[in-house]
Amino acid sequence: MKMQAVRRGESLYIYLAGELDECSVSRTREEADALIDGGTGCRIAVFNLAGVRFMDSTGIGFLMGRYKRLKTYGMEMVIEDPNPDADKILSLSGIYALIPRV
Amino acid sequence: MNEMQLKFLSRSENEVFARNVVAAFALPLNPTLDELSDVKTAVSEAVTNCIVHGYRGCEGWITLCCKLDGDVLHIRISDDGRGIDDLEQALTPFYTSLPEEERSGMGFTIMQTFMTAFSVSSEAGKGTIVTMSKQFGARATEDAR
Repeated sequence: MKMQAVRRGESLYIYLAGELDECSVSRTREEADALIDGGTGCRIAVFNLAGVRFMDSTGIGFLMGRYKRLKTYGMEMVIEDPNPDADKILSLSGIYALIPRV
Repeated sequence: MNEMQLKFLSRSENEVFARNVVAAFALPLNPTLDELSDVKTAVSEAVTNCIVHGYRGCEGWITLCCKLDGDVLHIRISDDGRGIDDLEQALTPFYTSLPEEERSGMGFTIMQTFMTAFSVSSEAGKGTIVTMSKQFGARATEDAR
């Protein structure tokens, strides 16, 4: 899993690329949390999932965890551009009610 | 009819191995990308369960058996781990026995939704067996009717 972050105004964009599963999630979590912790002053975190070519329910747990962490900073979270496979599993989980897709 | 069996250690890097093996095995049935993705996701969920719940981080063997029968792929994934105490509870969407670990509790729900048939049997202390199948070309067949 590769990750890149870009700050645009009050938004922290986090781009994920690769496969998000039990094997990759620990490192992905550490990297994402470091970016979140360094993103103070931002109002919203945009998780771009266009490059995530595989995701299972571990990915849902990962996104929920980041949502909770962002909440402690008073930051909102949205999901941007999930590919159709990721979108299917995210829709099934009902996660968009908490973390809207933009 | 074609068949395969595979035994691998409950290491998380074997998740990607297992789901890609199953996808490659199913290729002769000319699955759509969507169908293939459904199967890979369901396999990943079942193997994750063996690793995270069955063996709880300890190393053990996971057995994967696949059978192609007509346009149906049958998959059986089993472990000799701790088993599931309460199956009904485990099958409840969003229930997780490890709430402190950022688990979504959606694994079984995803297997049930993405596959044509699904069943699980388990005995505490003895292990868990997940059996599931996917009929390929289901929509094309329905459309032709």
